[in-house]
Amino acid sequence: MTDVRSQGAARHRPQRRPARVLPAVPMLATAFLLLPVGAGVLGTLAPAFGVLPAAGVMQPGLGAFADLAAWPGLPDAVRLSLVAGGVSTLLSLAVVTAVLAAWSGTRTFAAVRALLSPLLSVPHAAAAFGLAFLIAPSGWILRALSPWATGFDRPPDWLIVQDPWGLTLIAGLVAKEVPFVMLMALAALGQADAGRAMTVARSLGYGRMTAWVKVVFPQVYRQIRLPVYVVLAFSMTVVDVAIVLGPNTPPSLAVQAVKWMGDPDLAMRLRAAAAAVLQLALVLGALAAWWLGERAVAALGRRWIAAGGRGRREVWARRAALGIAGLSAAAVLGGLAVLALWSVAGFWAFPDPWPSGLTMQNWTRHAMTLNATVAETAVIAAVSTLIALTLAIGCLEAEMRHGLRLGAAGLWLLYLPLLVPQVAFLPGLSTAMLLAGVQGGTAAVTAAHVLFVFPYVFLALGDPWRAWDRRYGTVASALGAGPDRVLWSVRLPMLLAPLLTAAAVGVSVSVGQYLPTLLIGGGRVQTLTTDAVALASGGDRRAIGVFALAQTAAALVPFALAIGLPRLIYARRGGMRHG
Amino acid sequence: MDEGLSLDRVQVRLNGRVLLSLDLAVAPGTVTSVMGPSGSGKSTLLGAVMGTLSAPFEVLGRIRLDGADLSGRPPEARGIGILFQDDLLFPHLSVGANLAFGLPPGLRGRAARRAAVDAALSEIGMAGFAARDPGSLSGGQKIRVALMRTLLSEPRALLLDEPFSSLDADLRAQMRTMVFARARARTLPVLMVTHDAEDAAAADGPVLRLG
Amino acid sequence: MRTITGALAALAMGGAAWAEPDPADWDAVTETARGQTVYWNAWGGSPTTNDFIAWVGRRVAEDHGVTLEHVKLSDTASAVSRVLSEKQAGQHAGGAIDLIWINGENFAAMKAADLLFGPWAWELPNWALVDRTKPVDVDFTVPTEGYESPWAAAQVVFMYDTADLPEPPRTVPAIAAWAAETPGRFTYPQPPDFLGSTFLKQALYGVVDDPAPLLDPADNADYDAVTAPLWALLDQLTPNLWRQGRAYPQTGPRQIQLMADGEIDLAISFSPGEASAAIANFELPDTVRTFVPEGGSIGNASFVAIPYNAAAKAGAMVVANFLLSPEAQARALDPQVLGYGTVLDVAGLPDEDRALFDGIDLGIATLSPDELGTALPEPHPSWMERIEADWTARYGVAD
Repeated sequence: MTDVRSQGAARHRPQRRPARVLPAVPMLATAFLLLPVGAGVLGTLAPAFGVLPAAGVMQPGLGAFADLAAWPGLPDAVRLSLVAGGVSTLLSLAVVTAVLAAWSGTRTFAAVRALLSPLLSVPHAAAAFGLAFLIAPSGWILRALSPWATGFDRPPDWLIVQDPWGLTLIAGLVAKEVPFVMLMALAALGQADAGRAMTVARSLGYGRMTAWVKVVFPQVYRQIRLPVYVVLAFSMTVVDVAIVLGPNTPPSLAVQAVKWMGDPDLAMRLRAAAAAVLQLALVLGALAAWWLGERAVAALGRRWIAAGGRGRREVWARRAALGIAGLSAAAVLGGLAVLALWSVAGFWAFPDPWPSGLTMQNWTRHAMTLNATVAETAVIAAVSTLIALTLAIGCLEAEMRHGLRLGAAGLWLLYLPLLVPQVAFLPGLSTAMLLAGVQGGTAAVTAAHVLFVFPYVFLALGDPWRAWDRRYGTVASALGAGPDRVLWSVRLPMLLAPLLTAAAVGVSVSVGQYLPTLLIGGGRVQTLTTDAVALASGGDRRAIGVFALAQTAAALVPFALAIGLPRLIYARRGGMRHG
Repeated sequence: MDEGLSLDRVQVRLNGRVLLSLDLAVAPGTVTSVMGPSGSGKSTLLGAVMGTLSAPFEVLGRIRLDGADLSGRPPEARGIGILFQDDLLFPHLSVGANLAFGLPPGLRGRAARRAAVDAALSEIGMAGFAARDPGSLSGGQKIRVALMRTLLSEPRALLLDEPFSSLDADLRAQMRTMVFARARARTLPVLMVTHDAEDAAAADGPVLRLG
Repeated sequence: MRTITGALAALAMGGAAWAEPDPADWDAVTETARGQTVYWNAWGGSPTTNDFIAWVGRRVAEDHGVTLEHVKLSDTASAVSRVLSEKQAGQHAGGAIDLIWINGENFAAMKAADLLFGPWAWELPNWALVDRTKPVDVDFTVPTEGYESPWAAAQVVFMYDTADLPEPPRTVPAIAAWAAETPGRFTYPQPPDFLGSTFLKQALYGVVDDPAPLLDPADNADYDAVTAPLWALLDQLTPNLWRQGRAYPQTGPRQIQLMADGEIDLAISFSPGEASAAIANFELPDTVRTFVPEGGSIGNASFVAIPYNAAAKAGAMVVANFLLSPEAQARALDPQVLGYGTVLDVAGLPDEDRALFDGIDLGIATLSPDELGTALPEPHPSWMERIEADWTARYGVAD
């Protein structure tokens, strides 16, 4: 007896020519993620250990770390990074779990779902500014209540925004992370057989929330673990949100590292690099701690489940879950509304609830810049998303045809650019690219964006792709269609909606990139976000309002298209409307 | 035996464990039923015949169709049609486009292909349905279109994977008759996997039990 | 390959064989500049400044065929980083930055690290129009030596809202005393923000008996003794600041926003026309006025510099020269546009150029040149560095 597969493979090779390129795609994609991150981290490690030839520094050793340790703000900066990251991740996960447990599958939940895309589209910095203006002592909430309810003619001197504990920062992060975790959880939920599991559990007498947490949550959490890690790493290292909402005496470690990186004293680059390395170590430590926490919670959870409590009095818990989620959505959307108002505001004094006049001056002033940057932003987003989508389809198709599935290690690699703090590898990467002779330009920035777009696109596409009924492929093959025809005529058209959603996610990720655009582009590549952050550094709320709206629109339009186009194209195809 | 579908000492292994082992010959115009409980290897058998099993599965032995060795051929080059329990009409294509998907590429010209599709629809009593959305068809209509789509691709053998189990009793009998009749008319060897004894009885052919 | 080219380029530079535009031959400069694209890295945080730079771009395109691209930075130092990275990577020509809006601290750093092209500024045709009595050839006590060209004059003033504070305190100690009575109504941008550090220097001038040591490196003086009154003052002031000094605005514009929101009544500014410009843009109420603290205030100039590896040096010089033209200077002075002080000797200009300035309404909140008085010189940058570091250790890391 012989292995007929290998024989056949030899005989039929000419027919399956594309197979030679396809199996290489996962490798290519992995290299694409690994090399830049690796090169960048090396480029940061070198100055951290005293090697920065351009500044005339060649003293290998731990001097930079000693210098960092001597900085009096270090304990507070580290604490802030850990607390803000850990608490906001924990809260985001808790809110998502509570809302899903309390409301998934209900009509109320459809409304929650409809809010997701707009919430995801609001850029972090814009959301932070909006929130700051809502809750500051001179913000909209107090303006609306003053002076009739509070008696204030002048804003009170309360430390709400930028409080030393980072509570406002945590609130801002939670408001922005909840939609992301929710999106990921919904994707995972699609794979768990939640409906029937819930029916069984509830028929056994379990309350809705208890049933969900005991039966469905373990399945969902296993799927969203890595995205949760991403949220943890992101929250610990976020810069733009922390500058606006976080304390500055001292700021969080990532903010301080970026500040040092920009210090005119070139020797500070070493301290900045050391801080970036410490930040990387903190993130790794926090991930390890989280992982240990997972095991502890799992052990406790198993005991809790085995104890068999039914948890019936859940009315208040359900309302609280919805209330908190509603509050975080209102914070983002309300903040955006307030920024929209600012973008057309004339003078607006405390405690007037409305501006004293409206003017289009800010929009006309920024119109020219907007036109140019919108075009550049769109080109970069479209090309990087297209590349990422092609790579993702290549990887998934290789998985389907050749069983080349990314293992656990591969999945970590995929997340590498999202887990390694941007401050820890982008400056090094920028130097490495210069060394390699790559000029910072639109092309280089687009390539750098792919680094961050690809993981999200792959995540967004992977589940629907794998959930696709492979028997359609078998049927098509039996009808004589080769693997390529199956891909182009059956699989891709049937997956149009998830493809467009993945593309919209990709575009919104690309639109939001700040540091990669700035550092890799050498400042020459201007997008809506680089302009918005530059203006945000000035703190002009009117300008921020204009750019925040433009940025949100740039991310929201693709989401709208992703929802609308399939409905239009498949208007007469009932079978395409679900799944 | 040169005519028909034959499985010559076929063995399917997974990581060295033997999942399935059988010898089988299906003559043209006859239906062989394979029965067995869940997990007895029915879908593995279909996968082996279709050529959709990939590593770590190992398929040993010979699978022949009309004398030609199918081993190692990709599914699209085997000339074997398949009908599943669900109709699996492509939801993004119209009824006509679904049928045209099965037409061999050798049939050239838009008008000629269109005519072939219309003729096929008339044959199953669904003339004028070409532009319809498959989602709007009744269960019986879907099965008829799915069968016709398979037959249009001119297969030289037919596999049935519990094709009638989703239908109610009346329709089931009706559809069985239609499928078997058309397969016999084209003298196709038919291999049917089922757990419904009535299916096997109606097939009026050899019955093989697995597991 | 790239590094080899870079190394060759470095050799060529060392041998002075590199074909650089010669600013003394201005015709050749304008000739070379035509068709060049100049990437001007300048802070992008102020819409009015961005508009002004866009206008400069349109004008140099018309007159000289130079395309100006404003690279909007959130922090000027990132431009320094870029030049540094390029040098690190051996890219000694064709760099990404042609012109930088630079402040004294960054200038000192770049000059010390040989990252600047020059000297060129004193060869510009419009340099002849510049008022040399203004701080145009020394930047933070560091001689510019023609490595950077001035384009706007700045002087410290304090803005106050007459609606809330009719009689503002006019010295820094008086500000501290006033803050003790009405806590929470004053703050300053957090050092090392440029404006915040300027407040510290202004405060230092206000408390020292003899300002002479400030003009020499801090190491030459008894730093602790000189700065002791400053820390005493700040120790007294800080708990009475906005948010008890536990948070600070991060930039000047955010400080203005606080004033517009009514959170603070008094704020420092480094531009005498800023208040008027902000009123014109609805960013401040029209009840805001300005004053110069008793004893005078620090003045300096804004400069532009060209990195040593700039790709379009000729174009950059053409832009710098245009910035010094009466047309550009008069436009920048207009509070409806920018409200930046001019570095030109307006009285010495030809009549038609002077008319450009005479027609400008400086705005209700802008002081006359007489009221501004003569500016105090910037202390040596070493003072600023040490004071910033000490400030951060004392107030920047405490709750």
